[in-house]
Amino acid sequence: MTAYLLKRIAIAIATLVLASLVVFAVLEIVPGDPARLMLGMNASAEQVEQLRTQMGLNDPLLLRYLHWAGDLLTLDLGRSLTYSVPVLDLVRERVAVSLPLALIALALSAVIAIPVGLYSASRRGHAGDTLAMGAAQIGVAIPNFWFALMLIYLFAVWLRLVPAGGFPGWGNGIWPALKSLLLPAVALALPQAAILARVTRSALIDVLNEDYIRTARAKGLPYRAVLWQHALRNAMIPVLTILGLQFAFLLAGTIIIENVFYLPGLGRLVFQAITQRDLIVVESVVMLLVAAVIAVNLIVDLSYAIVDPRLRGRE
Amino acid sequence: MTLPVDVSREKPERLVARAFANRSFVIGFVIAVSVVAMALLSFFWTPFDVTKLVIADKTQAPSLTHWFGTDHFGRDILSMVMVGARNSIAVALVAVGIGMGIGVPLGCLAAARGGWLDEIVMRLNDLVFAFPALLSAIMITAIFGPGAVNAIIAIGIFNIPVFARVSRAGALAIWPREYILAARAAGKNRTLITLEHVLPNIATLLLVQGTIQFALGILAEASLSYVGLGSQPPMPSWGRMLFEAQTRMAIAPWMAIFPGMAIVVTVLGLNLLGDGIADILDPKSRRRS
Repeated sequence: MTAYLLKRIAIAIATLVLASLVVFAVLEIVPGDPARLMLGMNASAEQVEQLRTQMGLNDPLLLRYLHWAGDLLTLDLGRSLTYSVPVLDLVRERVAVSLPLALIALALSAVIAIPVGLYSASRRGHAGDTLAMGAAQIGVAIPNFWFALMLIYLFAVWLRLVPAGGFPGWGNGIWPALKSLLLPAVALALPQAAILARVTRSALIDVLNEDYIRTARAKGLPYRAVLWQHALRNAMIPVLTILGLQFAFLLAGTIIIENVFYLPGLGRLVFQAITQRDLIVVESVVMLLVAAVIAVNLIVDLSYAIVDPRLRGRE
Repeated sequence: MTLPVDVSREKPERLVARAFANRSFVIGFVIAVSVVAMALLSFFWTPFDVTKLVIADKTQAPSLTHWFGTDHFGRDILSMVMVGARNSIAVALVAVGIGMGIGVPLGCLAAARGGWLDEIVMRLNDLVFAFPALLSAIMITAIFGPGAVNAIIAIGIFNIPVFARVSRAGALAIWPREYILAARAAGKNRTLITLEHVLPNIATLLLVQGTIQFALGILAEASLSYVGLGSQPPMPSWGRMLFEAQTRMAIAPWMAIFPGMAIVVTVLGLNLLGDGIADILDPKSRRRS
C-alpha cells in the first residue's frame, strides 16, 4: 500500500516537473521579448538591455528555469502585462468562477450518468436500456459549445428564463451567480454525462457477470441490494478513472464554454491572454491547470486504494 | 483490455455477413460514407457558390431554394456545410495519421523492449495527458498562428499518446502468446515479430481507436475553428459557421442549427462505426450489448 502510494506520488511530482520544463521551453521559443513588450516600441536598445539584466533574462538557461520554478512554487506569479495587476489576484478572481463551474458540471455529470448507467445495466437489452444508450450515443457526439448555443436559444432567447451570458459576481448574492452558471454547467455536463453513463453501464455489466454476484444472488440477497452493495462498488474503478479524466476535459472545456457565455473565468482569461500574448498570465494559468489535472489524477489513483482493497495488499 | 481475436482465421464472407447484421456498423457506415460522399461532391458541385455573397438573400429561413437557409452574407448554408465537411474530414484524418504514425511505433517499441524504454514512453504519455488537450491546442495554434495546418499538428500531437497506449497494451497481450514464442524460436528478431505477428493482431484495436480519434478530431477542429484558431475564412468550416451564428441566434437560428447537426451526425456516425467494428471483430464484446 505505502509503496503504491509513494510510487504514484513520485510519478505525479515527476510529471509536474517535466510539464513545467515543457511550458518553460515553449515560452522560450515564443517570439517576442518581454522587456521590449514592457517598455514599448520607443525604448532604446540600452534601456531594453538594462531591463533584461534586471529581470534576469540574460542569466543562463538553467538558472532562469530554477528562478522561474521557484517563483511559481512561492506563488510569486508576477504582474500581468495587459491588466497591470498581480497575476495571482487575477487568477484568484477567475478561479472563483471556473472552479464552481467545473465542480457543478462534474456533479451534474455524475448525478445524471450513474443512475442512468445503473438503470441500463440492470435492464440490459430492454427498451429502456436501448433508449438510454441511444440518447447517450447522441450525447457523446454533441459538441458542448453547440449544445450551449442551443441552450441559450431555448432558455435565454426564447423562454427568457436565464441570462444569455455574463456573470454578476458572487458579491451580489449567491442565487444570481448560480443562475448564470447553470446553463454553462449543463452545457459542459451533458456530453460528459453521456460518456460516463456508457462507462458505468459497461463496467456494471462486466461486474454483474462475475461469480460473486451469482453467489450473492444465490444466498438470497435481493437484486437491488446486490446491484448497490456489490456491483456498483466493484464497478467504481473505471467510473472514477473517467470522472478524473473528465475533470481535465471540463477544465479545458471551460475555455470554450466561458467564451460562449462571456463568463470571466480562467478559461476566458487564458484564451484572451494567449491571443494578447500576455505570456506571464499564460504560463501561470497553464501551470495551474496542469497541476490541477495531475492532482486530480493522483487523487483518483489514491482513491482506487480505498475503493479496491485488493490494491492495498499489492506491492 | 479485451484480447484481440485472430481475424485472419475467419472467412471473409462470414465477416461481411456479421458486419451487415450489426446495427451500429450499418448505421455508422452509411453515415460515414454519406459524409465523405458529400465532401467529395462539394469539389464538383454545390447547390450555390459559397464564395459569392448575395446580400439581397441574407439570413433567409430554410426554404425549398435554400434547404438550410442562408447566412448573413446571403450564402447558402447547405453548400457551406458540404464544403465544410472537406475541412473537418481532412484535418481529423491527417491528425489521426500523425497519431498513428508516431504513436503505434512508440507503443510497439515499448512493448517489445520493456524496461527503461517502456518506462520512458509511458512517462512521456503521462506528460502529454497532463495538459488538457484543448488548452494546448489553443496554445499551439495561437503561438504558431491560426490555420488548418497548425490545427492538424495541435490535434495530432494529442493523438500520439492515445495510440501509443493502445498499441502498447495490445502488443503486451500478444507477446506472451505461443506463436510469438514459436517465431522467436525460429530466430526472428523483435522487429520482424512486431511487423509480422503483433501489428496484424492489434490492427482491430487500432482501427477502432482510429475511428474514435477521428470523431474526436472533428470535435476538436470545430472547437478550434469556433474560437477562430482553425481554418481561416473564406474556406467554410463547421466551427467557424457556429461562431458566426452565435451573435445572430435571435434572428437566424438556422445558421447555428444546421452546421451543429452536421457535426453531431458525423461524429455519431463515426462512433457507431467504431462500436460496430469492435463488436464484429471482438466476440467478447458481443456479450455486453
